[in-house]
Amino acid sequence: MPKVKALVLTGNGTNCEREMAHACRLAGAEATVVHTAEVFAGRVRLADYDFLNLPGGFLDGDDLGAAKAGAVRFRYGRVQDNGTHRFFDDLMAFVAAGRLVLGVCNGFQLLVKLGLLPALGERYGEPTASLTHNDSGRFEDRWVYLRVDPATPCVFTRGLDRLYYPVRHGEGKFVTGSPRVLAEMEAVGLVALRYTDPQGDPTQTYPWNPNGSPAAVAGVCDPTGRVFGLMPHPEAFLHRTNHPRWTREDLPEEGQGLALFRNAVEYLRG
Amino acid sequence: MAHRVEVGIRPEFRDPRGEGVAREVREFLHLPVEEVRTLDVYTLDLGLGDDDLAAVGDALVDPVIQEWTLGEPYGPRGFPGFHWAVEVGFLPGVTDNVGRTAKEAVEMRLGREFPHDCQVYTAVQYLIRGEVLTRDQVERLARDLLANELIHRWRVLSAEEFARAGGFPAEVPRVRGGGGGRVGAVDLEIPDEALLAMSRQRLLALTLDEMRAIRDHYRDPAVRRLRKELGLPAGPTDVELECLAQTWSEHCKHKIFNATIEYHDETGTRRTIRSLFKTYIVGATERVRRGKGDRDFCLSVFKDNAGVIAFNQDWSLCFKVETHNSPSALDPYGGALTGIVGVNRDPMGTGMGARLIFNVDTFCFADPFLEGELPPRLLHPRRIYEGVVRGVEHGGNKSGIPTVNGCVVFDDRYLGKPLVYCGTAGLIPREVAGRPGHEKAARPGDRIVMVGGRIGKDGIHGATFSSEELHEGSPATAVQLGDPITQRRLYDFLQIARDRGLYSSITDNGAGGLSSSVGEMAEQSGGARLDLGRAPLKYPGLDPWEILVSESQERMTLAVPPENLEAFLGLAREMRVEATDLGEFTDEGAFHVLHDGRTVAYLPLGFLHEGLPEMRLRARWEKPVHPEPTFPCPGDLTAELTGLLGRLNVCSKESIVRKYDHEVQGGSVVKPFVGVVNDGPSDAAVVRPVLESFEGVVTANGIVPRYSDIDTYAMAAAAVDEAVRNALCVGASLDHLAALDNFCWCDPVASEKNPDGEYKLAQLVRANEALYDLTVAYGIPLISGKDSMKNDYVHGDLKISIPPTLLVSVIGRIEDVRRCVTMDAKRPGDRVYVLGITRPELGGSEYWAARGFVGNRVPRVRPEETLPLYRGLENAIRRGWVASCHDCSDGGLAVALAETAFSGGLGIEADLSGVAMDRVGRDDELLFSESPGRFVVTVRPEHAGAFEEALAGTAFAPAGTVTADPVLVLHGIDGRPVVNARIDELKRAWQAPLAALG
Repeated sequence: MPKVKALVLTGNGTNCEREMAHACRLAGAEATVVHTAEVFAGRVRLADYDFLNLPGGFLDGDDLGAAKAGAVRFRYGRVQDNGTHRFFDDLMAFVAAGRLVLGVCNGFQLLVKLGLLPALGERYGEPTASLTHNDSGRFEDRWVYLRVDPATPCVFTRGLDRLYYPVRHGEGKFVTGSPRVLAEMEAVGLVALRYTDPQGDPTQTYPWNPNGSPAAVAGVCDPTGRVFGLMPHPEAFLHRTNHPRWTREDLPEEGQGLALFRNAVEYLRG
Repeated sequence: MAHRVEVGIRPEFRDPRGEGVAREVREFLHLPVEEVRTLDVYTLDLGLGDDDLAAVGDALVDPVIQEWTLGEPYGPRGFPGFHWAVEVGFLPGVTDNVGRTAKEAVEMRLGREFPHDCQVYTAVQYLIRGEVLTRDQVERLARDLLANELIHRWRVLSAEEFARAGGFPAEVPRVRGGGGGRVGAVDLEIPDEALLAMSRQRLLALTLDEMRAIRDHYRDPAVRRLRKELGLPAGPTDVELECLAQTWSEHCKHKIFNATIEYHDETGTRRTIRSLFKTYIVGATERVRRGKGDRDFCLSVFKDNAGVIAFNQDWSLCFKVETHNSPSALDPYGGALTGIVGVNRDPMGTGMGARLIFNVDTFCFADPFLEGELPPRLLHPRRIYEGVVRGVEHGGNKSGIPTVNGCVVFDDRYLGKPLVYCGTAGLIPREVAGRPGHEKAARPGDRIVMVGGRIGKDGIHGATFSSEELHEGSPATAVQLGDPITQRRLYDFLQIARDRGLYSSITDNGAGGLSSSVGEMAEQSGGARLDLGRAPLKYPGLDPWEILVSESQERMTLAVPPENLEAFLGLAREMRVEATDLGEFTDEGAFHVLHDGRTVAYLPLGFLHEGLPEMRLRARWEKPVHPEPTFPCPGDLTAELTGLLGRLNVCSKESIVRKYDHEVQGGSVVKPFVGVVNDGPSDAAVVRPVLESFEGVVTANGIVPRYSDIDTYAMAAAAVDEAVRNALCVGASLDHLAALDNFCWCDPVASEKNPDGEYKLAQLVRANEALYDLTVAYGIPLISGKDSMKNDYVHGDLKISIPPTLLVSVIGRIEDVRRCVTMDAKRPGDRVYVLGITRPELGGSEYWAARGFVGNRVPRVRPEETLPLYRGLENAIRRGWVASCHDCSDGGLAVALAETAFSGGLGIEADLSGVAMDRVGRDDELLFSESPGRFVVTVRPEHAGAFEEALAGTAFAPAGTVTADPVLVLHGIDGRPVVNARIDELKRAWQAPLAALG
């Protein structure tokens, strides 16, 4: 069986690259953490990988809004080859080639601000949504209950239903430029993941819905289901000792976060 | 020409920043504000053309939720109903992180870079709706909430003024003024009074003895001869004097801790102590290490930026805690942000450099709900609280380091000076390039390379109140703002450079700047030749002495072998980190400083590091006597317990802790909050820093300044014991636990202005004695520490001194994190045990403080009793016999039982009449005494036998059971119920006080 090659892109403020790579490895992929500078210098080629991971963090401090400056770098930055070309072209080619992209937290914010999500009608690169400040006005670290939309084309959430992950963000409220965008997304299952109450019903109630996202949006995929972003952190729950109540509940050894990475690797192996 | 861009959130979207300001104005300032909307303002001083300007929006604006205007105000379009507008920007020279990112975004968008003196400056505009607001009120709102005069400039416009002027003008707060490069000669052949006056005026903080020692050095004929050859004046240059003042400062040399002290105790016995540091701190650690023999795990103690202990075959563990009190008093946000980002650089600069694995922070504040007038220049405790919390939040979260543990202590004497303790732990590879990773040495011939931020006038002379008012055009020197992203880039770069073996030594630039970092590293090689003219500056106009002592942030100094220099600088360029070759390390025995090739300082290393005369001080201990409380035992102890749970020192700190990312890096095991709904207070934190392994790192802290009012010996002993207990609760082992000591004291040097200095020094001596006694008894080495000795506020006749405060932080290795235990009651039917002996020790307790008493019978630690118990508990936890374990501290046994119950969502019925006690005569003593060495433990019935066996021979007692009925029922001394409360009511009282604070 060919090894699935995962690339974890880091630098300029990403923070979760180590655990993201660990998740990829536990799922059976060969994972490499690469600084963006290496890619822009042309020494590491996106095309040599199957699975692009965009980890959480604070790209450029989120100084202009979450991942905003990072999105400018990804969209306009140039890769050195014999001359130069736009990194964004490589990214588009990567998506078009049927590879997988996963963005968590700041990585999700980056994908949305680049217009790679939700990309209705596969119009990649046209931003139609954003992630903005939580209604509470606060950054918060807390665990949330999640539910997968059974009709979603998302390849990462296949066979999954209810999940429990931590969120750690101040700008996680998913908003769209028009209500029509959200309606269309829901109609075709692009809202792959929703915040729920402990009973499993999608909710607008704080703190179960930690940021006030309309339609309880927690994670979004593109129409192919191969590009996926979510605010909660699956890579923070790879072992039962990560669970906030592991000392009082009977839990399987493996953390629930690993399931997303296993699905990705399985999909790529065909 | 500068261009002004205003970016607003489209009206159909909420503006939580504006909503937060409106809420704070109403609740804190009680002003009638209806609504606030905020705008981001960018002033681009980049000389952009029209085509460039059209593209700027792509770089700065989120088109889905934002709109922007160029050269005209956005307010009238986006929020037409406003009555007032306030714009807050930075003073010239203040770090503008957003401006730096905005410039980079514009550069990325346009595909070209702008020179360093072309910048983007940011401001925030607040548009305020509030029909009845007066100008005075808006001015107050700006001054007291939105801005800080030390770092900000602001302007207020009414709607009419705004309309008339077409909004705010484009202003470029560039640092103006030229000059720089001047070197002064200083004449020290002047009378003593003049020497002292010079020390004061130049903010050198040197004593007369020290000034004389410097003068005498320059009288030495050999020194004079050499200086003549070098073309230097006979007396010191200002560069030399400033460098000596930094190197000899209390901050760097810990003069009080190294002083010879004549100590008089209350019996009149006199004793001479030669250095508290060597006698008690180094002394304790040496004794502990000898006692451990082969099992000694210390690798590098007291000599580097952080203490280093062993972790496993691949990694060593280092830990450092610092304080950042004075800057946090001036600018709580910037002070705390700089505190956390600054302490991150200590492990980064320890040995060959660490990977950072967690942060901790402990704050001491006055009551945030304080009413009434404040003394001049003091910020309201609520502003301090909110600013500090936000600073640590940004500093920690943006750096990707989990904030896992800490504490908040309230006492109104922290009004004069809040304490902000920030700590960071890291992992250092056991080996780097074939040598131990915890060692380093600059070699003669190595290049001196400074990496990271540029040098400005920031933090020159630390954060002293400058006698000169800050004004437009003058750089703000008193306060610095940390920049987590510049530091993150620096950190990413250094990790790679370390693993490639590109440097031979590293240290951070903290207090004293280059003078300290290069001065200290020069000791490794035997000298250094540093050219300040090569140092990259934020703006022109700095004199050489300023470049040398500036404390501009985010800088490290490295020794790079010449053969690696090109590779090192190349890697830095690629990773967008500024790195500059400033000279070379030598073995010529001197710190030789040049400016553009001209010698400006030449200090023999022996004199620089050893020339400081020893300080001699007197300490006099008198036992204070406080009135004994006389009130009878209250009839309703349920109400007393509920009240105690709502005390600031006891209540939940969740509203703070949730704002900290405590899980990044993926190794979180015991979180700050645990229990059935994730809201019970953990005693300690455990992380798994190497994800492939189940080995863990535990950290906890102890701090009880209230006991200092009675006896600092008891205070320090209790702090050590509390830290150890907390760590034991989650599964730590005394065999692999080390501690840090951080002293924050009020001035202990007696003088006319400080008449009780001898008493305060005696308090310091006693705290050190306790630290020695307890760490030796428990076998816990002290591996690093810090002291901050002048935590007083003086204004005219008013003096506010903090209570002497010692923070003890422990760190240790846990063999297998799957054995860890949390504090929440787990299941109905589990047995409840109380471990340790309760005595009527309520002196300094939270219970008596609530009634306005201090008392005298302060809790005493008895290691002969506690140590066997701790060993037994450690063993019981490791064997898996313990379901939950919680430490009894503030508020005593009743608070610990209540927390155990409500965190588990379960009740507890316990008969406390059988608890091990000694001379306890009243139920309130039994419930609320703060005797150390005690725990509440729950155990599954099937493990009860094994548990009791593990603790055989120690003082413990079965007290009751965990119940499904969510009620806490406690029976008192005579077996009758004295507390009966629903756990949800207890929890509500515990959660309420700080829940609403932003």
